[in-house]
Amino acid sequence: MTGVTRELAHLSDEALVALAARSEQTALGELYDRYARPAYGLALRILRDESLAEDAVQEAFLALWRSAARFVPERGKASTWILTLVHRRAVDLVRREERRRADPLDDAHEPADLAGGADEEAWLRLQRERVQEALQKLPDQQREALELAYYGGFTQAELAERLGQPIGTIKSRMFAGLSRLRELLGDRGLETAWTSTS
Amino acid sequence: MDLHELTAAYALDALDAHETREYEAHLSQCERCRGELSALSESAAALAWAVDSPVPPAALRDRILAAAAAERTNVLTLPVRGQWLYRATAAVAAVAACAAVGLAVWATTLSHSVSRERTARAADARAVEILSDPASRRIPLDGGAGVVAVDPTGQGVLVVNRLPHAPSGKTYEAWVIPPGGAPKPAGLFSGGERTTIVRLERSVPRGSVIAATVERTGGVDAPTEAPILRARA
Repeated sequence: MTGVTRELAHLSDEALVALAARSEQTALGELYDRYARPAYGLALRILRDESLAEDAVQEAFLALWRSAARFVPERGKASTWILTLVHRRAVDLVRREERRRADPLDDAHEPADLAGGADEEAWLRLQRERVQEALQKLPDQQREALELAYYGGFTQAELAERLGQPIGTIKSRMFAGLSRLRELLGDRGLETAWTSTS
Repeated sequence: MDLHELTAAYALDALDAHETREYEAHLSQCERCRGELSALSESAAALAWAVDSPVPPAALRDRILAAAAAERTNVLTLPVRGQWLYRATAAVAAVAACAAVGLAVWATTLSHSVSRERTARAADARAVEILSDPASRRIPLDGGAGVVAVDPTGQGVLVVNRLPHAPSGKTYEAWVIPPGGAPKPAGLFSGGERTTIVRLERSVPRGSVIAATVERTGGVDAPTEAPILRARA
């Protein structure tokens, strides 16, 4: 099993989804190995409960398994799709459980100790810092709207009430925040950064 | 209600059940919204990377794969009959599968890592490139506190988990010791982070030893202390 999985490590996410659509179970395993940590971390951030977070991740990967054939690569990256599935399941659960809260989570989880995980640990840390830096560059009100919606699981109507703003204002903040985040994380910014260091 | 305006909220899963149904019905009719949604969904998914990502329990993987197998009776298992044949089989399967959904991405076998390296912070871009290159060799540190990754051109990265901050007035110094040669300085670092990442400033010939010592601030030309970390590449 592990030997096979290692071979699939050379395929793109999209090729793995295509294999999963053909009921190739090892492809599902490889996708899990690539995205289990951000998926579980996201679910845990939203649900604040380990067993509910596991449920959300499991339901999301099974949804991927069932609907892999309907994935359209032209519409976006497979990684986006996977994390979207996880987010949706986690938000569904948090609304059902009514356990959502908006205060920051105490980030005190132990990192992996295995030597083989050190490069993954490094990769995840760099990703985390990069997105956090971009978030910090957003205007406070936009960042607040994105964080409450995405990590808190609040609907736009709940956000409007909580923040004492008209719903139109909340919509604009979410739209402007996501658009600006896209610019900050986008290719153009990266190319500039590349040339400035090389 | 203007349904076009709901795209960002939908991408963030911030619509209630009724609004979601309305928006999805609209989406099937509106090309503009589909395009906008694919862009905004990518930004929303980026937020998933900003939170801490602990390792899920190992049993979760088994549970998911078992449930997946139980859902389909026609589970295929790719045969493994030697590396070469396996690769050929996998490639053919991948081509067939991709053709089915109109893709040609499989050919860029490294596209996964390429997209990863392109998204790294500039200062660490080369380190991530080496770490995410499937062709890089990964050598665990003696004692298992980290790993050295060396790409096919000999460029290397040292990764150490939970290395304490170097004492006051001291620094960590990395060394590359080529086979039969003297230690060559390969960079200074201070530790103190959950994961310390050091891009080695010197190439790593096969058979080298990579080591790190504690030295005085500013570094030295030859190690004066016994190594605290080592790995044989």
